[in-house]
Amino acid sequence: MAIRILVGVKRAIDYAVKVQVKTDKTGVVTEGVKHSMNPFDEIAVEEAIRLKEKKVAQEIIAVSCGPTQCQETLRTALALGADRAIHVEINGKDYETLQPLAISKLIAAVAKKESVDLVLLGKQAIDDDCNQTGQMVAGLLSWPQALFASKVDIKDKKAEVMREIDGGSETIRVKLPAVITTDLRLNQPRFANLPSIQKAKKKPMAKMSPSDLGVDIKPHQEYLSYEEPPKRQGGGRVSSVDELISKLKEKGLV
Amino acid sequence: MWSKCVRRFSTSPLTRVRHPKLRRSPHYATLTDRDISFFERLLPDGRAITNPDDCLPYNIDWIKTCQGQSQLVLKPKTVDEIQAILRYCHEHQLAVCPQGGNTGLAGGSVPVFDEIVLSLRSLNSIGAFDENSGVLIADAGCILQTLDVHVNQFGHTMPFDLGAKGSCLIGGNVATNAGGIRVVRYGSLRSAVLGLEIVLADGTLLDCLTSLRKDNTGVDLKQAFIGSEGILGLITRVALACPTAMSGVGLGLFSCSSFEKILSTMRLARKLCGETLSAIEFLDASTYNLSLKNLQQTNKPVEPNNFYILVETMSSTYEQAKATLDKLANTALEKEFITDGTLAQDLKQYKDLWAIRERVPEALVADGYVFKYDFSLPPARMYKLVEETQKRMKPFSNVRNVTGFGHLGDQNLHLNITVQNGYSDEIKHALEPWLYEWVAKERGSISAEHGLGLHKSKYLELNKGKQSLELMKQMKNIFDPKCILNPYKVLPYKID
Repeated sequence: MAIRILVGVKRAIDYAVKVQVKTDKTGVVTEGVKHSMNPFDEIAVEEAIRLKEKKVAQEIIAVSCGPTQCQETLRTALALGADRAIHVEINGKDYETLQPLAISKLIAAVAKKESVDLVLLGKQAIDDDCNQTGQMVAGLLSWPQALFASKVDIKDKKAEVMREIDGGSETIRVKLPAVITTDLRLNQPRFANLPSIQKAKKKPMAKMSPSDLGVDIKPHQEYLSYEEPPKRQGGGRVSSVDELISKLKEKGLV
Repeated sequence: MWSKCVRRFSTSPLTRVRHPKLRRSPHYATLTDRDISFFERLLPDGRAITNPDDCLPYNIDWIKTCQGQSQLVLKPKTVDEIQAILRYCHEHQLAVCPQGGNTGLAGGSVPVFDEIVLSLRSLNSIGAFDENSGVLIADAGCILQTLDVHVNQFGHTMPFDLGAKGSCLIGGNVATNAGGIRVVRYGSLRSAVLGLEIVLADGTLLDCLTSLRKDNTGVDLKQAFIGSEGILGLITRVALACPTAMSGVGLGLFSCSSFEKILSTMRLARKLCGETLSAIEFLDASTYNLSLKNLQQTNKPVEPNNFYILVETMSSTYEQAKATLDKLANTALEKEFITDGTLAQDLKQYKDLWAIRERVPEALVADGYVFKYDFSLPPARMYKLVEETQKRMKPFSNVRNVTGFGHLGDQNLHLNITVQNGYSDEIKHALEPWLYEWVAKERGSISAEHGLGLHKSKYLELNKGKQSLELMKQMKNIFDPKCILNPYKVLPYKID
């Protein structure tokens, strides 16, 4: 029986943009800055489409939480091959203070509502680097999790996943329904072609709010300030070993 | 070790071997030990290079079509040093080959025989940037990309862009009136050069370094030096007008079944993208396939077809840049001008799609020895030349690919023929002068943007006629009567 997949996509500042911290330290500059789909989510979408092409999956639902602009990100997912999209609309201050736990609750609620067999997410978003959502979704649903996937094989309602770990890689087998998060080496996302970009405009996109899903998105953490990391100090050149030793002694390192 | 590597890379025989009819003029002195001591004293700290292995990279051009035998490479750091060098060379009748980033494609950047290489690389301080006028002052040895990053801080951009941006120097760019991929948007480099500081052949300084947008006072001397490829004087400093950087970009790659459809798409792009249009490039199937192979790109961006067109838009917001590109994509698909396409969804895809076009020269060099041609032609006739060249090359079994691509928006065709097993005289004579005569008949240009250098100087009269050529020679005589600057190139003349 072909499975149904829910893919989470996040609209984040484009990976090639040089991020600037606001002068009042309340956040980073997002106005007029290029935003795109989080690269790890692109990999998740690509994996979902490949599973559909292999006839392992029969339906791909893309979901994104945020303001109206998220619909653009969802349209990209549709252009790549997702069947329909769900936009959980969150605006203004609520969006600014939206945190992984709230997002996890929303995704878990959608996963239950849509009765999906697999939740595919990027391992982390390149803006906050939290690396928490996949783990928490699995926890909330009490589903097994296979994270940092670099290879995914699905057969007979089981997923065999090779994971990137510190020592190299390990392969685990989990029963579906499960949560899988993608890592860089899983696949190379495709380019969206024009006919699909056009077709995507007609694919269904449902809108809902956190209250529709019965989720309280109240933040539990307060961000106090945002600062740039300290500027890298240039190194110095020494002309001899003796000079090196005296410089190290000066700095109290030897 | 280094010398072994460099020798392996130098696959071109000496220019004087490949062009036996070209003779080193007895008019020039030969370098003596006394000369070398003078330069070593003038440029201490190893900036007067005489070691043959260290001189080698300055003697070979980027596409490996020529190799000179200079025994002395000079790297001055200041304009005073450059003046002293030229004063000395002028007095002692020593030939000089000025060199920028050595990324030129017409064999104009390296010595033909034993001319002294005067490298501008170390003359590289970035001057002031005026935020009110957008004018940048920079030394000739600054790398284009470095300058672009510098003016980006102020929200501006360099007025041109080309694939060699990480290696080419601004002095060389101006000396060759570099073209590139943004002429569609910013116009030719000539219009952006507001001032130049030049050292003449006898070492005198010509200060035309004004930073004024408007200055109608007398004959505009600097225009003569722009595009003169180093034969009239040495550019040491430039004042450039830099446009404001647009924060929104869009890029679309589309495939078409015929060149006529490419032209229809181009006209549609001009109409629908209007003021947001910033680049129009095309590639034929063989160029596209070679490029993808070189980039080792396994993801095909679009369904394969016979031709590909790249359209870029720029605007103050992403929404605007995207909107006009979307309109073009939809309309072109509806009208069946294009059969497929893709739009860059993020900046990485933007870079990847541009790389398919920008890195074509590398892909060609990887395919074999490259016979490189750069023509301006009426767009309707452009691809006819490629097809006829393909027919003409059929009897040669060692020809790998005949490729056509280029700056469609500027009516500029790059025609390249790749050959296995290295250079071939036979193929050269089958191509030249036939190609140049074909282009001259269409009243096109035998060199749209690459310049004449060494390879194309003999065809100048075909393109410009006897009278123009005479006047050019007279101008050369005014600025460099002893003929020491970049001899044997650009103008087809005999040194008596």
